[in-house]
This record gives sequence, C-alpha cells and structure tokens, in this order.
Amino acid sequence: MTNPTHDSENIARLHDELHSHLPSEPALRAKALESLLVEKGLVETAAIDAWVEAYSEDIGPKNGGRIVARSWVDDSFRQRLLEDASAAIPELGLEQGHLVAVENTADQHNLIVCTLCSCYPMGLLGMAPAWYKMAAYRSRAVRDPRGVLAEFGVSMPDTTRVRVWDSTAELRYLVIPQRPPGTDGWPEDKLASLVSRNSMIGTERDLSARVGSSS
Amino acid sequence: MDGIHDLGGRHGFGKIDVGDLSVDAEEVQYTAPYECRVRSMVNAVTPAPDWNIDWFRHCRELIDPVDYLTRPYFDQWVQTYSAMLVNSGWATVDEVVSGKSASGAVDGVRPPTTAEQARAAVLKARCFDAEVSEKPMFADGDTVLTITTVPTTHTRLPAYARGRRGTVISHHGAHVFPDAMALNEKRHVHLYTVEFAFDELWPESNGSNDTVTLDLWETYLERV
Repeated sequence: MTNPTHDSENIARLHDELHSHLPSEPALRAKALESLLVEKGLVETAAIDAWVEAYSEDIGPKNGGRIVARSWVDDSFRQRLLEDASAAIPELGLEQGHLVAVENTADQHNLIVCTLCSCYPMGLLGMAPAWYKMAAYRSRAVRDPRGVLAEFGVSMPDTTRVRVWDSTAELRYLVIPQRPPGTDGWPEDKLASLVSRNSMIGTERDLSARVGSSS
Repeated sequence: MDGIHDLGGRHGFGKIDVGDLSVDAEEVQYTAPYECRVRSMVNAVTPAPDWNIDWFRHCRELIDPVDYLTRPYFDQWVQTYSAMLVNSGWATVDEVVSGKSASGAVDGVRPPTTAEQARAAVLKARCFDAEVSEKPMFADGDTVLTITTVPTTHTRLPAYARGRRGTVISHHGAHVFPDAMALNEKRHVHLYTVEFAFDELWPESNGSNDTVTLDLWETYLERV
C-alpha cells in the first residue's frame, strides 16, 4: 500500500508548480532553499560550511588514489580489497559503506556508471564529474562502452574484455587501474599521486609515471 | 516507473562532454560552487520523518522529462528537495519561492546538525544491509531471468535489463529494498550482482565478449 505522504502524483504536481515559480538562476534557487531551511530550524549554516570544507580538504580522488597505491605495493592488501573492499579500506582510515573494488588487467577493463541516477563513490572520489551525471554518458556506457572510452582517448583492443558496472543498488564501485611501468621502488604516496580520478571510474586506462602535480 | 531517468541504452544523446582531460583530478571536483553547497546542505539538513534516499530518487524521477534532461543536476536536487519539503508539510510553495519562512521554525524538530557533528560525519559510511531469516534463493554461478513487469512507482530494475538472462556472480546479503522503501516500507531483500553478456542485451553486439553487471534484488529475479 502506498503511504499517503508518498504520493507520486502530488510530487509531480509540485514539480510543475515550483518550475513555474522558482527563480530562474540555479544558484539563486539554491540560496533561497538554504535561507528557508535555516529559518525553519532544519539546517545550520556552519554545518553546511563544514561539509563544503570537507569536500575541498578531506574528500576527493586522493582518497581513492591511496587505496590504489596500497594495492600496488601490498599484495595481501590487494587480495583483501578485491575480496571485501568495505572491510579492507578502514586500514587506510577510509570508509565507503558497501564497496566493491574491480581490477583492470591486461585482458579486462572495468567501467563504472549509474544509468538510473548518478550513484558514485563520493566518500572516496568526492563530487562526481559533470559528464558522469549527463544523459550521454549514462545512456551510452552500458551499450557502447568502447565508443565512450574512445571519446576519453582510450582505444580498447578487441582482445580486452570490457566489463561495465551499472550501480543500481547501494554498492559503490572503484576501479583499480594497472600500475604504470617505470615506477618500481616508488614510495606509496608518490604512486598515489599518479592515480587519476577518471582511472578509478574507468574512463582512463593507462596511467603514466609522470610526477603528480598536487602536494 | 518507466520514466525519463531510465537512460541505459537510449540512443540520441550524442557525444560526451569529457571536460579537460589534462587537468588533474583534484582540481575538477565540481563545476560550480553552488553545487558543492547544495550537496553539503543535503548532508546537513534534518530530514522529514518520511524522507529516505529511495523516496528522494523517486521524487527526482518525477521531474518533468524536459526539465530532467535539460536542467543542471544539482538544480534538480534543489527542486526535488523543495517538492519533498512541501509534500511533507514542512513548507509551502510560497515559502520555497521566497526563501523566507512565514511561520518561523518547524515545531518539534530536533536541533539541526552542528558543524562539529558534521565534521564527525565526514567519511562515515552508511550501511543498508541487515540479517534476515529468509535464505537466499540463488548462489554464485546460477543463471537467472529478470522480470518484465515493474511498478509505476520506484524501482531499480532498468528497462534495458528486463526479461534477460544473466549469471549471479556474487551475493551481498539482504539490502533495503528500494521499491518498498520509496513507499516508506523498510524491508531487506537478498541482493545479487548479476552479469549479462552483451549478446543478451543488445541486438548489435555481434558476438562481443563484453558484459554489463547490475546489482539486483531477489524480487527482480526468476530461476531459469
């Protein structure tokens, strides 16, 4: 039975009404909602500020990069990660609910998408890139992954199998890219700086032994 | 619901705006400051008693299809939360439009999350699984067939994967069942990762060795 407050028709009607009346500029709409929530006693500005700061300081692809780099230098961690990623990443002080790590090999490439909304491992990669949320990526990744990869500059040989992971539940996926050649003996933090965000989504394949530009 | 949101396999959306591929990942986390702010606001807001992630997703799916395809992503979040706020009786359309409360604070609601509580919540994971008494129907390696009928309300079985045969590759215990949760009924159903050959999904696959893998609840699956 439908709960009386969970009424699809009422929500659709409200969308129409709000569409006609809300300010036209997205940033102004966001601002109006924030002001209202503060006056309603439902949110504290300082708590929003704390999250904004966390997204710029603590949450972002560097977290995923640490996981990948550890998996490159520590085989037993890699095993634990592939077996049960949610249980393995707290070793690095990280958490991501229900996490599955999928590894690229010479014969296999992994690509992550969410065709139904835009599910993304935010805790490990931060805010999703704009293209990840757009219709072009969401529609094509499951049907034309090789064409999608080509647009990201990745040419995939026929002999390499592509596995696309559509995030339809609360599991989140992290691609473990291959370790670039020429990095033997590199310390873990230097390796982590090579791991791009896109490589952990699967829209980049071959990382190179350039020195990362960040910290 | 067979809505506009169910985009997997649709044609006609053109090339992907991949952005600047030379820019390092850390520098391109979001496209506009308001987007990060909206995301943060949603993390910090006190939810109405009838809110949950599945209801939110369903409410976003109900955006007018033209809007869904053309409005910026976080702008859709703003409208969706506004609609939910009004639907739950915590604000009126006029208040949302003006950004001002006509009646002060909502009565009887706990004080909002503080900055300190927000900082403590960063990097804390949410879990959606639970122990259930029912045994799982399927095991790794089983061939399953997805159902073809879905409700007009929320569901997480995409159109492109209905009525298709796949192979169970893992079982994740029982997870909150979104079709029910979006109607405010919390129950846990066994969840599996099921892999589908391209040949099974796409007429043009031409013997491709590629696969698509989805996370599907037992309710969506039949034994072959």
